[in-house]
Parts: sequence; C-alpha cells; structure tokens
Amino acid sequence: MGKIKTHRTTPSLDMTPMVDLGFLLVTFFMLTANAVPDEPVTVDAPSSVSEIIIPDTDIMLITISDDGRVFFSIDGKYHRQELLGNIGKQYSVNFTPEETSRFAVMSSIGLPIGQLREYISLAPDERKHIKQPGIPVDSLHNELKDWIIFSRMANPKLRIAIKGDGKANYPVVEKVMKTLTDNKVNRFNLITNMEKGS
Amino acid sequence: MAEVSQGGGGGKSDGGKVRVKKASTKIDMTPMVDLAFLLLTFFILTTTLNKPKTMQLTLPEDPKPEDKLPEVNEKKVVTVILGPNDKVYWYHGITNPEVKVTNYDDAGIRKVLIEKNKEIPGMIILIKPMEESRYKNVVDILDEMTITNMQRFAMVKITDADKELIKESNL
Repeated sequence: MGKIKTHRTTPSLDMTPMVDLGFLLVTFFMLTANAVPDEPVTVDAPSSVSEIIIPDTDIMLITISDDGRVFFSIDGKYHRQELLGNIGKQYSVNFTPEETSRFAVMSSIGLPIGQLREYISLAPDERKHIKQPGIPVDSLHNELKDWIIFSRMANPKLRIAIKGDGKANYPVVEKVMKTLTDNKVNRFNLITNMEKGS
Repeated sequence: MAEVSQGGGGGKSDGGKVRVKKASTKIDMTPMVDLAFLLLTFFILTTTLNKPKTMQLTLPEDPKPEDKLPEVNEKKVVTVILGPNDKVYWYHGITNPEVKVTNYDDAGIRKVLIEKNKEIPGMIILIKPMEESRYKNVVDILDEMTITNMQRFAMVKITDADKELIKESNL
C-alpha cells in the first residue's frame, strides 16, 4: 500500500519586496517630517475655504488661546536675539548673553516682560508646568505693541499671522487687530484649517 | 524572512582535505525589520497631513482727522451682527430696520447675502461682531464674503443702538 506522501516545503516566504517598501516609506516619512515645536497652548483654529498655505519662514505668530490669553513668537534664532536685546533696552531689563541665547530657542511666550527673565531661567520642562498669563494687550498697558515694533525692526520681512482658537472671545481678537492696525500693519494672515467636507 | 541566497558553497568535495566549515550566510533580519516598521508606524502617526492654511486679511488704515468720510446711501447698507451662540442678526437699511435672525449654514446667511446682492446694486455690508461672539464666527463670516464674492464689506464696532435693536427684536 502506497502511502500518500505530503511534499514538505519550508514555509518560508520571500519578504524582500515588503521590507524594501517598508524602508522606502520610512525614508519618505523621515524626510518629510518636521519637528513641531511644543507650544504652550493648544489652539483649535477655525476652518475656512481659504487655500493659501502659510510660509514657514519669516513669520510672526500671535496665538490667542480659547481663554483669551495672547502669545507671541517669531522665527529665526538671530532675529530673536536681536529682538530680546531691543526689548530689554526699552523696558530697561538687561538680559545676559546666556539668557539671550536661551530665549533664541524657546517657543511662544505669553508673559509680561517683567516676568520674562524669571521664565527664561527655568529649565525647559519646568516651563511647561507654568501657566503663562498672556501678553498684556490693554490699551493702557500694551506690551504686544512693543513686541511687534521691535520684531519688525529685527526682521523687516516678517509676515504677521494670527492663530486664534475658534472659541476665543471676539474682544480679545479685536484688541490684537487694533494693536496691529495702530502700528501700521494693515495686512495680516488668519491661520485656519481646511474646511472639512464640502 | 528575507533571505540572502548562497550559491555553490565553500567546501571542496574530494576527501582528505581540510574541510572549511560551512557557515550559513543567512542573517536573521527580523529585529531590523521590526525596528523599521516601528519607525514607519511612528512617522506615519506623527506626520501632519494638512498644513494650516491662511486667510489674507487687509484692514483699512485708521482715518486721519482731516479725512472726509464717504457718505453712503442707507438703502445700500446691509448690517450683519454676529451674536452670541452662533446666531447672525441682519437688517437692511438704517432707519426702522427689521431685524432678522439666521445662522452660518449654507441656507442661512449665505442665501441672504446672495439674494440681497441681487436686489441691491452696490451693496455694502457692515459686519458688527458683538462682544459675546467668538473668533470662529468672525472667520466664518469672512469666509462667506469670499464664497459669495462680496466686494464691499467692512468690520465695524458694534453700537449701543444695534444692541438695543437686538434686544427689542427678541430673536
């Protein structure tokens, strides 16, 4: 009686193409990824039909959180150093070179200038736990104005973008816009997300 | 796993000679591939697909005291008031206006704007956000201006008279 012999092959599969594709994708995503700086607040921008993409460089970003605090940042290490020097002169706070270089690599700030020095001296992970009160934008005590003026002196090519949370109250936005128009900035960008659906 | 095929082999077949021990040239690539896919997953998950878009906005300069402000026919003016809770109030004209309420839907303020634009040649829209309105409302209404292709609109501070009108209308 002949037995039925099952022909045994090792169940090995050539995975080379899959691995190739895997590495191709890894390379692609690594190269296209850009590090997102950790912002002190998360902002949920409203959506719009606008399709203009915001440039990555020469941007002054004014962030408005949902509870109405105002944050400020500009890009460019050297512009930030120059900005801090000028701001320091204006408010007669002398920042040391070390403080200046630490400020140059920080993310958005949202504090009155009087508290800035103390904030810079903190370690990066300590900064995250501090609830920043926001930059004063009242008509009597408007520090945002000086940030705008000195940033534009540091980098004349700056474009100004406002990134507001959809839930932020209008009066705060109005104060920020008023500050901008008072300083002869009549053209700026509102950062929005892509409209979903339609 | 991915295999590196090995042809022939190193050893010689005639007897008595020193046999070179055949070492397998197959490398276990599993850990490498594991790591590669881990990285792939990480980069896929952290990548942001849609970059934020921006809306260009140009505001007029503040008028100088000696500037003469243009006068407009009140029949051409449509006022849009952004109220609390995503409500939009609007009225046509200035004297004895009839306040109506609508919303930000396609059939809401957009329809009103398109209809009024047909009725009134050279329509001017005044956008007045109330203190209670949200930033989202402002972006929405500016968006509607782009969609309906309105040429003449202005953002104006809300007046007490407008607030009274809304209170009276009880909408």
